[in-house]
Amino acid sequence: MNKLIPELKKSFVTALWFAFLTFPILVIKVNTVRNSILWRWGNLAAVFVLTMALSYVWRRLLEKRARGERLFDLSGLVPAKLRGIELKSVFAQKKNSRAALAVLLALAVLFPFVAGMYQTNIVTTALMYVILGLGLNIVIGLGGLLQLGYAAFYAVGAYTYGILNTRFGLSFWIALPLGAVLATIFGIILGFPVLRLKGDYLAIVTLGFAEICRIVLENWNDFSSGPSGISQIDRPPFFGIKLSVPQSAIYLYLITLALVVVTVFIVRRLENSRLGRAWEAMREDAVASEAMGVNLTIAKLSAFALGAFWAGMVGVLFAAKTTFINPASFTLMESVLILCIIVLGGMGSTAGVIVGALVIILLPEYLRAFTQYRMLLYGSILVLMMVFRPGGIIRKVRKSYVFKADGQVEGAGHE
Amino acid sequence: MSESILDAKNVTMNFGGLRALNDVSMTIRQGEIVALIGPNGAGKTTFFNCVTGVYPPSAGTISITPPGKSPEVINNLLPHVVTEKGLARTFQNIRLFQNMTVLENVMIGRHARLKAGILGAILRDGSTREEEQKVIHDSYEILKKIELEKYVNELAKNLPYGAQRLLEIARALATEPFLLLLDEPAAGMNPKETGHLDDLIVRIRDTEKVSIFLIEHDMSLVMRVSERIYVVDYGQLIAEGTPAEIKRNPVVIKAYLGEEVNA
Repeated sequence: MNKLIPELKKSFVTALWFAFLTFPILVIKVNTVRNSILWRWGNLAAVFVLTMALSYVWRRLLEKRARGERLFDLSGLVPAKLRGIELKSVFAQKKNSRAALAVLLALAVLFPFVAGMYQTNIVTTALMYVILGLGLNIVIGLGGLLQLGYAAFYAVGAYTYGILNTRFGLSFWIALPLGAVLATIFGIILGFPVLRLKGDYLAIVTLGFAEICRIVLENWNDFSSGPSGISQIDRPPFFGIKLSVPQSAIYLYLITLALVVVTVFIVRRLENSRLGRAWEAMREDAVASEAMGVNLTIAKLSAFALGAFWAGMVGVLFAAKTTFINPASFTLMESVLILCIIVLGGMGSTAGVIVGALVIILLPEYLRAFTQYRMLLYGSILVLMMVFRPGGIIRKVRKSYVFKADGQVEGAGHE
Repeated sequence: MSESILDAKNVTMNFGGLRALNDVSMTIRQGEIVALIGPNGAGKTTFFNCVTGVYPPSAGTISITPPGKSPEVINNLLPHVVTEKGLARTFQNIRLFQNMTVLENVMIGRHARLKAGILGAILRDGSTREEEQKVIHDSYEILKKIELEKYVNELAKNLPYGAQRLLEIARALATEPFLLLLDEPAAGMNPKETGHLDDLIVRIRDTEKVSIFLIEHDMSLVMRVSERIYVVDYGQLIAEGTPAEIKRNPVVIKAYLGEEVNA
């Protein structure tokens, strides 16, 4: 109780400060026609009371977090029968986690047939960002290479399909691997000059690389039709049959979903391999990893190449989905958005990146109901998440092993 | 006398105008424990860095003779190649992979001895799976030798300081070296831990058939474990000999304690 007064005092000062800051825009309203000023004192009071309350709650929550307590105790909502069963331990068993995954996948497959075309389309976009996130996660989350030019590889894939399809009539299924491979080659090309760079310097160079790619696309009219972009790209045909627009939305959704499954499968395997360990060692300490026999050249180039691979693939998907591409789709903002997905979801954690992509892409769509407050809410939610879960929504769990007395592995699981 | 496994001849290292090492020659023979001592900034770690490929020396040759193999020059090899050849090192300022588990740290040390590539990782064929099982098992065995097995699933950064130093040694041993270079392994350890380290160093040499080359400031440790000592000061080799000889060597005493000034 004796802490209440100083706490309230702090909130009071914050509220006062906010009232002062918002005074010019929220209180004074100048009418230039009638040359009069309207003083909206009611607004001032509202701002004051609201910020005081918010600031108080905010500080209480931060304090709670500092004490290591749970922010919201939801245990009251769980039926008594199920209490005491830890979700983690239920899913730690392979059988249970597999069953849960199968149910989730079945629901995901059924989704477009139940939901409308709008829903299908936005979820398809979100799934594309899941793949992009997982790809960039190899470079940043595992390899620790701060790469800010990821959109360039995305553009390589999109333009591969756009140009080859509109000019040479190449089909989607041939362009898909081709776009991925071309992006991989670009990844390696970018990888060579930056082999000796790390951290901020690497970020600047990759950023520059992406800008070069975008500006070339914008200005090389004969090649890429410049800023007006490439239109009338074919949607993927279903075994030669041309689909209607709603049908093809469902078809693309299913293709993307399948690719997400493939990506997750491959990325998980890479992560738990000799190469994945080398990437993580490089992230933790490049000098030490080299001294332990890790070839940094191979580790870096493979991280760049494999990261770019997925971007190229999603680029082809993107071109097929929107049927129109232009350089404005591949700006720095795009790279930053994908980086946000990783940071928000949880660096290096596959599940985290998936959830992060869904949150970042779907949230602004579902917030449309709030019309003009949409972006304000979106921003605040991102800030709150980062304050209360700085490690990301789902943090990476390291594999742990149980050994028998003779040193044989008895079991492997997650902590 | 057994044959030499590391031969450094007239090694010089310049950093711009600064000569960190000047014409230093050293030899390590099979099965020896050799110490490299000298005041701070004398060039000890620079010498280690030259040997392990962090810097190519400005002049001179460094060659190794792995047991049962012919000599080869390792001057301009990259660090990971030097490690593959059979030299392993630890770092003066602990450089563990902080956010990885203790076991994973040791598994990284096995990296150069494994073969799996990208395709193997994705397909996870029989030989890759077998290799993975083996690396987990081998790494655990190494942890047992260094008595770190109770920390196996712990993150490296959560280990007590002394254990972190030992983990560096475990990780280096995992690369299967014939020569282990320890850069101040006892720094920051308490006397009890240092005593334990004595035994460990000798035990590693005896059971793993590894020769040991160590930089150390803790003179009691150096005098107890090493069979020969090299002393450097200002980048120059100033003395070489058994611990007893070094203790009596007036040049060494002068380097450490300074010269009397006659007014």
